[in-house]
Amino acid sequence: MENNLMVSSTPHVRSNETISSVMRDVVIALLPAAIMGIVYFGIRAAILIIISIVSSVGFEALYQKLSKQKVTVTDFSAVITGLLLAMNMPSTAPFWVPVVGAFFAIVIVKQIFGGLGQNFMNPALGARAFLVASYPTAMTGAAFGATSYGVIGAVDATSSATPLAQLAEGTVNLTQQDYVNAFIGNIGGCIGETCAIALILGGVYLMMKKVISWKIPVSYILTVFVLTYIFKLCGAAPTREPLYELLTGGLMLGAFFMATDYASSPVTPNGQIIMGIGCGVLTTLIRLFGGYPEGVSYSILLMNLCVPLIDRYTRPKIFGALKKEAKKS
Amino acid sequence: MNLHTFKRGIHPPDGKALTNYKPIEILMPKEGALMVFPVSQHIGAPCEPIVQKGDRVLLGQKIAEAKAFVCAPIHSSVSGTVKDIKPMLTPSGATVNSIIIENDGKFEEDPSIGKETDENDYKSMSREEILDKVKNAGIVGLGGAGFPTHIKLNPPPGQEIDSIIVNAAECEPYLTTDHRVMLEKTDRLVMGLDVMLQLHPKAKGYIAIEVNKMDAFEAVSKAAEKYSNIEVIALKCKYPQGSEKQLIYAVTGREVPSGGLPASVGCIVDNVDTVLAIERAVVKNRPLMRRIVTITGSGVNNPGNYQIRIGMNIKEFIEAVGGLKEDCAKIIAGGPMMGPALYNIDVPFVKTSSALLCLTKEEATLPEESNCIRCGKCVGACPMGLMPLELNQDALAKDYDAFEAHNGVDCIECGSCSYVCPAKRHLAQSLRITKRTVMGIIRARKEAEKNGK
Repeated sequence: MENNLMVSSTPHVRSNETISSVMRDVVIALLPAAIMGIVYFGIRAAILIIISIVSSVGFEALYQKLSKQKVTVTDFSAVITGLLLAMNMPSTAPFWVPVVGAFFAIVIVKQIFGGLGQNFMNPALGARAFLVASYPTAMTGAAFGATSYGVIGAVDATSSATPLAQLAEGTVNLTQQDYVNAFIGNIGGCIGETCAIALILGGVYLMMKKVISWKIPVSYILTVFVLTYIFKLCGAAPTREPLYELLTGGLMLGAFFMATDYASSPVTPNGQIIMGIGCGVLTTLIRLFGGYPEGVSYSILLMNLCVPLIDRYTRPKIFGALKKEAKKS
Repeated sequence: MNLHTFKRGIHPPDGKALTNYKPIEILMPKEGALMVFPVSQHIGAPCEPIVQKGDRVLLGQKIAEAKAFVCAPIHSSVSGTVKDIKPMLTPSGATVNSIIIENDGKFEEDPSIGKETDENDYKSMSREEILDKVKNAGIVGLGGAGFPTHIKLNPPPGQEIDSIIVNAAECEPYLTTDHRVMLEKTDRLVMGLDVMLQLHPKAKGYIAIEVNKMDAFEAVSKAAEKYSNIEVIALKCKYPQGSEKQLIYAVTGREVPSGGLPASVGCIVDNVDTVLAIERAVVKNRPLMRRIVTITGSGVNNPGNYQIRIGMNIKEFIEAVGGLKEDCAKIIAGGPMMGPALYNIDVPFVKTSSALLCLTKEEATLPEESNCIRCGKCVGACPMGLMPLELNQDALAKDYDAFEAHNGVDCIECGSCSYVCPAKRHLAQSLRITKRTVMGIIRARKEAEKNGK
């Protein structure tokens, strides 16, 4: 035995956490919102989710096979991309849409830039932006209202616009029931973005499991709330309701699950706060003053591009560094 | 209770329950056993042997003399005959010139050393006298670093020492020697600190203990009551709490400047076993010949704490205490976070051997490395405020300038980054290797600058 002792560099123990365990936690955290999406939007939503996940995993495996890399689909990261992509689609999207989206997310955004951890923007959001720009009718507009497939089917089938679009037009007066509906997800929107309570539950689970820190989601959500409130008070956006803004338009999905994507968010604690505030400012500006009622996905994509810069300027203070400089001077 | 600590760090499972309740057993070398004393068991220049092949030596006799400034002498821990002086393998993996002594089993003591029953009055000793006793006893940092203690205790003029800290954090998982020493040799330990305070009368003494050793905390607190200038500090359980810089920060709130020594912020830090050795050297005139080790892990039959003689063969020691289990696959000299793995256990215990951790194949097999997912957990763990993921990229790209610019040389090699990494990247390993290279480059550059001027 003595001649067969194993040797390796320190440390000789590692935590139990692996990439798959982290990613599995994200999938678990997304499940409540996905299930609520299926409950509200029906079997079509379930089919879209399945197509999206299968194509994402399939494209990842295919790309890695063709480029002679190790196939790493068992790490669950492609599952998350597929799930998030479907959750960012209206339930009326044609079935080929998630396939095209998955191709763009996995091959163009993720694998071409080096695969897991190397994508400079969130793959699911990149693909969503691509789909919205390329197939606007399939991704937005009238598509939102149709809930005839829904299990509950309580969403007003005649409303063709999302709640935020209606608010922007100033055509509605919010009642208490509207808040309750937004909280439980009984409103128009993409499959996975409507049920605020399910998304918050998932987000809290991720924070408890220490998969994500509170920094990005909390600073993001707070910024949107405070900014909208200020703009409302000073009369720049009198029709907006800050609390309602938080519950709708995919903010919870974006804040907890998209802006926190490891590869495309800062690694430094202070950087994460800046990321959250930046996303919040952009989201509010786009929503209130832009030509587009919902700003979450574009704000996150824009902030994704700033991440290398943010990381560079928010390095933690090196232990013992300050005093060295003081000594020199 | 006010718990002191540092920023960031990790919480590995501590594994201490295997041995923390087991009293220290004394294990003497067998008659006829070959004791091996490498002439370099410390940081600094090697000693020079002052005995020759065939000489009879006595227990406690100095067998290698320290000629250089940063050096510590070596004493025989048995009586017997010098069999040979030749290069031998040491636990660090290096082959070092070593004095080999056959134990005659008589343990006949050299007249130059004191008796176990001695109680010298250290209060009346001069500073030089104490330092001289420490130096002649061959004491080095027994926590693992092996820096000669007499140099540490006597910092250059201009560096006023106001805090002497006994490092009783014992933050490495599995290790329990400090814990046992604090319980079983409480008074001697506190007296050791008092001896050190004798050298720096203006300084305050601290004994800093992690709160996973509450029984030790209480025992030491009680023993320290009669010393007005000694305070017992409760530390939060967190790795690497026992790292010198992190400990000083936890106790005093001071940051040792990058590249600096504890003395530059007025501190001296010594580990528990070292302080005990100081007490023995000064109060009893006994040189450093023994130390306390933990043998533990699921790969060993009888985990426990032992007082052993320096120079004992590790393989024979393991057999003497009950042997290894069939599935033991890895033996680590020290704790799992920073101890080097042994590839051959036919080596002697040296002054800095603190433990033998025996792991089974399942425990010892490390997971495969995958892509960095930029989760930032290493940034959240690094006690030095580094960004290990970035330094890892610098290291892999061999971009030494970037590694230096990103403060890679400040890495204390604690392994926290590798521990937390979900992608199981070999962060600490790549940092350690590149740090050596970059430190070499910096040294060469400074040398060139000096010559240029």
